[in-house]
Amino acid sequence: MIPAEFDYVAPATVDDAVRALADAGEEAKVIAGGQSLIPVLRMRLAAPTKLIDLGKIAELRGVREDGDALVIGAMTSHYDVMRDPLIGEHAKLIAVTTSTVADPQVRHRGTFGGSLAHADPAGDLAAPALALDVEMVAHGMDGKRTIPASEFFVDYFTTALRPGELLTEVRVPKYTGWHAHYEKFNRVAQAWSIVGVAAAVQVEGHTIKQARVGLTNMSSVPVRAGGVERALIGQEATPEAIKTAAEHALEGTMPVADGNADIAYREHLAKVLTSRAVTAACR
Amino acid sequence: MTMAAEPEVGKGRLRKEDARLITGRTRWTDNISLPGMLHMAVLRSPMAHARITNIDASEARQAPGVLAVVTGADVADEQGSLPCAWPITEDMKTPNAPSMAVDQVNFAGEVVAAVVARSAAEAQDALEGIDVDYEDLPVVLDLQEAIADDADLVHPDLGTNKSATWIFDSAEAGTGGNVDEAIAGAEVTVERTFRQQRLIPAFMEPRSVVVDPTGEQTTMWSATQIPHILRLMLAMTLNVPEHKVRVIAPDVGGGFGGKLQVTPEEVITFLLARKLGRPVKYTETRTESLASAHHGRDQLQKLTIAARRDGTVTGLKVELLADMGAYLRLVTPGVPILGAFMYNAIYKIPAYHFACTNVFTTKTPTDAYRGAGRPEATFAIERMMDELATELGMDPLEVREKNWIKHEEFPYTTVSTLTYDSGNYEAATARAKELFDYDGLRREQAERRQRGDTVQLGIGISTFTEMCGLAPSRVLGSLSYGAGGWEYGAIRMLPTGKVEVITGSSAHGQGHETAWSQIVADKLGVPFEDIEVLHGDTQSSPRGLDTYGSRSLTVGAMAVLSAADKVIEKAKPIAAHMMECSPDDLEFSGGKFTVRGTDTSTGIADVALAVFAAHDLPDGVEPSLDSDATYDPENFSFPHGTHLCAAEVDTETGQVRLRSYVAVDDVGKVVNPLIVEGQVHGGLVQGIAQALFEEAVYDESGTLMTGTLADYLVPSAADMPSFTTDRTETPSTTNALGVKGVGEAGTIASTPAVVNAIVDAIRHMGVNDVEMPCTPMRVWQAIQGGAQSAAGLGAEPGGGMGSIDPEGGAR
Repeated sequence: MIPAEFDYVAPATVDDAVRALADAGEEAKVIAGGQSLIPVLRMRLAAPTKLIDLGKIAELRGVREDGDALVIGAMTSHYDVMRDPLIGEHAKLIAVTTSTVADPQVRHRGTFGGSLAHADPAGDLAAPALALDVEMVAHGMDGKRTIPASEFFVDYFTTALRPGELLTEVRVPKYTGWHAHYEKFNRVAQAWSIVGVAAAVQVEGHTIKQARVGLTNMSSVPVRAGGVERALIGQEATPEAIKTAAEHALEGTMPVADGNADIAYREHLAKVLTSRAVTAACR
Repeated sequence: MTMAAEPEVGKGRLRKEDARLITGRTRWTDNISLPGMLHMAVLRSPMAHARITNIDASEARQAPGVLAVVTGADVADEQGSLPCAWPITEDMKTPNAPSMAVDQVNFAGEVVAAVVARSAAEAQDALEGIDVDYEDLPVVLDLQEAIADDADLVHPDLGTNKSATWIFDSAEAGTGGNVDEAIAGAEVTVERTFRQQRLIPAFMEPRSVVVDPTGEQTTMWSATQIPHILRLMLAMTLNVPEHKVRVIAPDVGGGFGGKLQVTPEEVITFLLARKLGRPVKYTETRTESLASAHHGRDQLQKLTIAARRDGTVTGLKVELLADMGAYLRLVTPGVPILGAFMYNAIYKIPAYHFACTNVFTTKTPTDAYRGAGRPEATFAIERMMDELATELGMDPLEVREKNWIKHEEFPYTTVSTLTYDSGNYEAATARAKELFDYDGLRREQAERRQRGDTVQLGIGISTFTEMCGLAPSRVLGSLSYGAGGWEYGAIRMLPTGKVEVITGSSAHGQGHETAWSQIVADKLGVPFEDIEVLHGDTQSSPRGLDTYGSRSLTVGAMAVLSAADKVIEKAKPIAAHMMECSPDDLEFSGGKFTVRGTDTSTGIADVALAVFAAHDLPDGVEPSLDSDATYDPENFSFPHGTHLCAAEVDTETGQVRLRSYVAVDDVGKVVNPLIVEGQVHGGLVQGIAQALFEEAVYDESGTLMTGTLADYLVPSAADMPSFTTDRTETPSTTNALGVKGVGEAGTIASTPAVVNAIVDAIRHMGVNDVEMPCTPMRVWQAIQGGAQSAAGLGAEPGGGMGSIDPEGGAR
């Protein structure tokens, strides 16, 4: 398990990283926590000529408030995201989802931004990011731009980031007082999701006022379960009502078969897990 | 010392080995570094079955740091054929088994070329400079298709994919009746076919080998379970004089049978080190290990059980197809045959027939994996007992009790010819039921069914035994095995009274150093801390048959014990001489020779020092207490136990959650309860892993789809319930300590307990089997009444590769 030879730089600022990426060209790879890239390098499925390590860039770590939004630095580790008080208060769905990612070792090394930029359809963080309408902030040689989550995830392992752009921040609108749950379905604890459902709800009394639901691994990109959300709004938070709403879970999905699930089973799971995720969130 | 010391045997001592293993302060093969050492990397066939038409290695030869590139053709004359030590029948078909393929590859992962370079990275880089042209041959993947008349052949020169058929029939052997008559005359018969999926041993430390040819002896370090057998086999395979080879197994990180092998990589490293005259190291990657180290299980088992309406079993017929993979490795053909003796398990079965056909496929060779033959047998019979109980409308425990060998019937000779020395199935079962709250859980099960709960509860039973402690040499001879089953031990008494114990057992995680120290401490009356156990080096431990089949304690430790007896016998006349008495007046206890009826005594350490000085020994007595012994067991050992599993099945998703698991094992007398506990826990996890998680999956072109640990699902503690373990103690009557093996028991017992629990949970929904591993999708599909052989992991092309992005990650 020895990667092919590559050059390595670890810039200290975003500007230096952007310049290094521009200089290195197409054959470079950006490494964040390395939890996906390192195995790929070691198996020689990729052989970049240069790695640009973002690990030394202090400004990319941490969570801050910015008016009505939270700003999560792309290099904030899963472990830090999970226990961040601001995220716990204003974006609980991200905290609870992050706590299901892989295992403690991975959560200490892996990063929020790295996971989103990797855009693995079985990765857990894209579904809540999409459901919560976060915005991705990208830096390139031409400056900085903002990409809504709904446009960020393009295809398997493909995002709207352009060559030479770095994901530096994620802006999360505040969902203060919302309840949230991530229902993850896998075979062993550290495995990827076969299907995952991220649900956040705002409940007043027993009535669901607002709902946001995102699905993991039900397409080449995360899927916003808009049909489910619409069906939930204004409903009493009863198991029956939620189950009925969850019947809309397949809208917009395009699941594929793999070793763990054929399409029919995956579709069945999506409905069951949506119902469970929303029920748990309402609790 | 006036008080008798508390016996060491029975103490739950922390292991001597653990500090160095846990802190990494040890030498694994891969962190051995020798002056001038070179590094080897190997190129493996991506094709399952193909002719090699050309290999162009010219670019690799020019690559930086490369000293040698060899292909199969380069070593064809010297590599010999990898050994198979178990020709199960006289007409067994055995293909030539080159370490490096010469003109044809027969499984994906077979070595086709090797590079030796100054660094491991350079060797790895140079592999990309080797171009191999393959011409496709048809793959042979399915066991039943492989034995069809018009099947494509793995080895066309053999003319068939059938390697051998091995039969035991109780009517012919005179141990029981005719099974076909029993079936024809039965009040009830149940027939089932079970699939034992293919598993991968997945030991923690990948295999690694270092060969140093620069001394007079060529030294091989290898992460192996079998240094002694390896040395012999290198001599026999490569035609090198045995006395010119030394093999060392340093600390080895697990084996589970997976390192009970003479590997192609060991042979190739040996040849290349010899050719270059420099030390060479090879360490496999995890992916290489999963693809090319031998696999386990992989059988189709058809069973027919005959019984009376009252639950009495009258006959059992077992017909197996066993997947050998592409070659016969060290004991490949014998693994399913070991099961032949275990289908009758703890039951009195009056008529029994076993037939196994060994079949070649274009897949990785199979061989021993924890339990080797006995887990397959135990799974099948324990599943059948549940199916029979259902057919009869009886409680599955009641059916078992009706048929098992009663405590007072031991020793008992079974229909498959083994004599079980001791056992108490009643006691283990009673204890397990009590710990499990069997009746309470049955009540809860009924309630959940009644109210149609989404989560259904099932109870799984496994009342198992197994044969271990391999093995009486005469029995092995009768099975045509290529070696004996004895073990060697020796004691060296050092002048300061410290003791070196030499054992032919080769520890790879078992804790021999601790257990042997406890046994010898009691025997010689020396402190536990004063004993050093030497093993795993053919120079310090010159004889041995190594570690597998739960044989170390019941065979290896007996040799050590016997050597210790000889030390005492040698010391006695010297002690008598020192105390000016007759040897007959001496008794030995607590490390002291005491003149009977007096306070006069001499410690064994004093004798050791007197022997070292040798100034005043009795006439004709040689100045040495050192002794050795070779012990050949008179019988196998038969641990047994009752395992009960409660499984919750989420009927909406098919997800299985183990709620509780009770294992009451009877392993006879226990030397170290902590080690036994560890063996049981680890064994349970591996057996449960077969039931729920693990499977080696090939796609239709013969490529292993579960080639990383992201796809081959080895569970972790997070996936397991907290086990409840206890023991009953029925000593073995065939060895001096009364001990039985424990290394494989948990694995053998647990798989059927789990699957029985799952089927029990959803049987009322029309399910009578779920194929292993019982994935959520399979369980759900079974509930839906879908195809029983529902597509499993990797059944879809592209399945199982998890989320490794071939494009290389973030962009």
